[in-house]
Amino acid sequence: MDNLLSIVTFVPAIAALILAVFLRGDDAAARRNARWLAMLATGATFVISLFLYAQFDNETAGFQFVEEHRWIAGLHYKLGVDGISILFVLLTTFLMPIVIAACWKVEHRVKELMIAYLVLETLMIGVFSALDMVLFYMFFEGTLIPASLMIGIWGGKQRLYAAFKFFLYTFAGSVLMLVAMIAMYYDAGTTDMVALLQHDFASSPITVGGLTIVGGVQTLLFLGFLASFAVKLPMWPLHTWQPDAYVQAPTAATVVLSAILVKMGGYGFLRFSLGMFPVGADTLSTLMLWLSAIAIVYTSLVAFVQHDIKRLIAYSSIAHMGFVTLGVFSGNQQGIDGAVFQMISHGFISAGLFFCAGVLIDRFRAQDIDAFGGLAARMPTYALLFMFFTMANVGLPGTSGFVGEFLTLLGAFQANTWVALVSTTGIIFAAAYGLRFYRRVMFGDLIKEALKGAKDLSGREKAIFAPLAIMVLVLGIYPALITDVISSSTAHLTQTYQAALPSSEGVQAAMIEAAR
Amino acid sequence: MVTVILLAPLVGALICGFGWRLIGETAGQVIATGLVVLAALLSWVVFLTLDGGATQIVLMRWIESGSLASDWAIRLDRLTAIMLVVVTTVSALVHVYSFGYMAHDENFRPGEHYRARFFAYLSLFSFAMLTLVTADNLVQLFFGWEGVGLVSYLLIGFYYRKPSANAAAVKAFIVNRVGDFGFMLGIAALFFLTDSVRLVDVFASSADLAQMQISFLSMNLNAAEVVGVLLFIGAMGKSAQLGLHTWLPDAMEGPTPVSALIHAATMVTAGVFLVCRMSPIYEVAPHAQMLIVVVGALSALVAASIGLVQNDIKRVIAYSTMSQLGYMFVAAGVGVYSAAMFHLFTHAFFKALLFLAAGSVIHGMAGEQDLRNYGGLRRKMPMTFWAMVIGTLAITGVGIPFTSIGFAGFVSKDAIVESAWTGSGFAFWMLVIAAAMTAFYSWRLIFLTFFGKPRGKADVHGHAHDSGRSIMVPLAVLAVGAVLAGTVFHHNFFGEEEAVRAWFHAEPASTLFDGGLYISADNHALHEAHEVPAAVSLAPFIAMLVGVILAFVMYIRSPGLPSHMAKSANGLYRFLLNKWYFDELFDRIFVVPAQRLGSFLWRRGDDRGIDGAVNGLALGLIPALTRLAQRMQSGYIFHYAFAMVVGIAALVTWVTFLGGAR
Repeated sequence: MDNLLSIVTFVPAIAALILAVFLRGDDAAARRNARWLAMLATGATFVISLFLYAQFDNETAGFQFVEEHRWIAGLHYKLGVDGISILFVLLTTFLMPIVIAACWKVEHRVKELMIAYLVLETLMIGVFSALDMVLFYMFFEGTLIPASLMIGIWGGKQRLYAAFKFFLYTFAGSVLMLVAMIAMYYDAGTTDMVALLQHDFASSPITVGGLTIVGGVQTLLFLGFLASFAVKLPMWPLHTWQPDAYVQAPTAATVVLSAILVKMGGYGFLRFSLGMFPVGADTLSTLMLWLSAIAIVYTSLVAFVQHDIKRLIAYSSIAHMGFVTLGVFSGNQQGIDGAVFQMISHGFISAGLFFCAGVLIDRFRAQDIDAFGGLAARMPTYALLFMFFTMANVGLPGTSGFVGEFLTLLGAFQANTWVALVSTTGIIFAAAYGLRFYRRVMFGDLIKEALKGAKDLSGREKAIFAPLAIMVLVLGIYPALITDVISSSTAHLTQTYQAALPSSEGVQAAMIEAAR
Repeated sequence: MVTVILLAPLVGALICGFGWRLIGETAGQVIATGLVVLAALLSWVVFLTLDGGATQIVLMRWIESGSLASDWAIRLDRLTAIMLVVVTTVSALVHVYSFGYMAHDENFRPGEHYRARFFAYLSLFSFAMLTLVTADNLVQLFFGWEGVGLVSYLLIGFYYRKPSANAAAVKAFIVNRVGDFGFMLGIAALFFLTDSVRLVDVFASSADLAQMQISFLSMNLNAAEVVGVLLFIGAMGKSAQLGLHTWLPDAMEGPTPVSALIHAATMVTAGVFLVCRMSPIYEVAPHAQMLIVVVGALSALVAASIGLVQNDIKRVIAYSTMSQLGYMFVAAGVGVYSAAMFHLFTHAFFKALLFLAAGSVIHGMAGEQDLRNYGGLRRKMPMTFWAMVIGTLAITGVGIPFTSIGFAGFVSKDAIVESAWTGSGFAFWMLVIAAAMTAFYSWRLIFLTFFGKPRGKADVHGHAHDSGRSIMVPLAVLAVGAVLAGTVFHHNFFGEEEAVRAWFHAEPASTLFDGGLYISADNHALHEAHEVPAAVSLAPFIAMLVGVILAFVMYIRSPGLPSHMAKSANGLYRFLLNKWYFDELFDRIFVVPAQRLGSFLWRRGDDRGIDGAVNGLALGLIPALTRLAQRMQSGYIFHYAFAMVVGIAALVTWVTFLGGAR
């Protein structure tokens, strides 16, 4: 099958189309049909995507399953995955059925909700598999629409504020990216990302208005993309849209945002920033490393004083994304492997944690930590799972959370010991806010009246948690499932990145030259 | 066989933890206990039959990335074998003990199932500890390290309804994480320097590390020293050494069997194990060694001084543990790793004995833990009394001077004090003073508990009794160990240098690093320790006598004396009672500022700073721009005409003066 990737990408969209065109009415039966069709489509997508995994050749560093077609107005439709992107595709297809199951009880505008999720899935898979810059941009920007609709329509009390903030932040970032893309097209004469990855963008220092820019065009292009990816991931200090969006979005949408959508930023850093502008990335790597370290410490401290359970997890998410950028900009294999691993692993862990929060919110209609306490006695299965995901979030060895953090820290240590030192304090803070959170919700005596009738997890909820927990554990014990797939591509990326850099003396000479 | 030893407790934990609903709670407990007992028996077989260098068993791949490769693997050598025996033996006895001790617990309501959970945790702990001691690479060691930390957290907070227990659990985990922070950086540094995390590779490059410089935190430092210090920070956390010790006394909130297994015999000794395990590094890092000696000696003294005045029976023993760990670190720091392991080995027996006996007292006294409410229990619980006395004789170091015949602690503690003399006079004196204090607080505990008149509630004393068989049998077994372990194994751990080297497979010529320890060819501290002056050998014994006599005078002869002294030296008394104010200090300088900073960053940084700037931009600048644009489109012709004139003037100026036309 030559067009397997297209099938994976567009099955959800076709299902969304069917829903939109053929499903009429808003009675119970229609709602049930909408849910089941969405479940069927996402499930089928996942099953088909497993063929991708099965047929994927781990030894090849280049792109596989490549499809290329002419498209309107001289544009190209080109898809393909390598070791880095295939796992994001799989992460998406894996999580979407779980997400659909998680919003099974939503009764408000079910058909539209399902369409939004299905369209979003297509767009997200598209982002990770697009090999044409214009196509990438369309998918990348397209995700904004269903995602902000989810917050704006199905969200909490301040959903409109959060939706606008989310939209404006990310859109503002994208404008600069578009400018950079146009510049790239003029320079390289193509929008084919495979060609762009091999294209050498000028990196000799240039002077603009008396200001010397080391790394030249590459640095400028890097900065153009930076705003977009840094907002998306998010990096400190462009993160403030995220807590609002995560808190206001319904749980399932929060999971999509934190587990998959923000990973587009990290993926973009690897594919564009590091892959296409190595000199630009290297020029700014110290800055990026420090922003990552600050993000880890800053957001962990803020997480420590949160009262809202979803806001706490949101800040914790930002801290974990700090490890991603830390790994990416270490520029060595451990760092980059760690960054990819951390992103995939965080997909499962943050999904688990947000679902844990969702269980509480569904049951008690409260989001304040102080509204809970002592639930361990009434909800033992939930207590176990919540503990498991908390520990995974803390980065306990044996869970996938450890592998990513460990590898990125190994990478960071090779790049800059100060940054490594500051970032490693993150493992202390993570324990502090994670365990404080758990303790105040689960332990103590159960005295609050509202909680006394608390019921343990239902079958549906267990079915949601089980695959996530299994993945976190399996990847923690046998991480080769990921590292085997990515290593060829990350090794290739690391080599081309380091080969593109002038030797350190060369850089110094260039700096001296520029200073004159 | 080692694989079976390693995995048996895990299987037990899983069956007991998840399967008890199917097979019943008691069946789960029996299976968990049975598997750990099996592991213990096999461990002794391994220990007694082990011969030759290290063997490796690779079980499965683990974290791989570029040149990094770490497997799930077992390294079996003398050091591992010692730890196997210690861990599985104490664990098996604690499992048996817990049958009786945890049968009823007033912290849980009727009908609540907690026993299977407790046993599953105990077994899981044993598994984690075994992965720690059998690790053939540092990452797996870290897995075990964190695993025992997790179970320790779960068990300290086992009585989850008690706020104090929850606070203690969280504190234990976080303080340990501070240590892990150093450990993690240490692993990263080692990988950076040697390109491997496997012990064999790391050991093989230790000679290079001694010569290498690493640029760490903008300083150029010796590589071996940096690694040594970073790893020791990890060891300090786990082994509750001064500065990172505050969690250990609070950890006594956990059930007593937990205190015996985790917070006395096994987990807290992991730091000592780590230093001994990394002996090839420490042998070439003299400054790191010096740090270990100083921290160890200070910990021994400070902990003992706090132990003098504590009133909670378990806290007294907890401080005693911290103090004894300090002894072990001193020995490791001066390069006599075998003496450190010796004390670790004997300490496991007598300290577990003391804790379990204390548990028996608590059990018989309906949960009462305050020494001030005990008294005269000798006749009501004679078996417990004798167990406790044996443990006390062992820890205070009773034996025949100048021989290796005596209670376990006598032999191993003398070994450490003599070793300390060869390395550092400061450490020697600290340890001797600590030995006097040890004798004092240990006998104080005995006298307050078992002698004198009953104090506290009369009905509790009326029901005081010895415990059942499941509690007394483990006590008996440990008592045998506390008596014999020192004398029997003296030859192996602290005999002649050649014998010890042979037993640990630490031949001076070996460059294979396949022994349990590495003792460099010019390290003769062990030999020198045998040649110390007679006064040095006798010093701890005399110190012990002083402590015993003081305790006897103060608590038997004239019981009014302690309170009188507490009044006359109130400042000192309060200082010791409040544990040198470490908790208050750390609260002030770490916890509170962290919270303040967090709030500040959130409210001021995120809300006002970043959001404020963005909102300010959005709500201030953009409306201003639109207003400007609005005003420009005023509709008056002369406005537009004026703008045109200004524009033309500017254009003409630019063209003529700045050469825009060219």
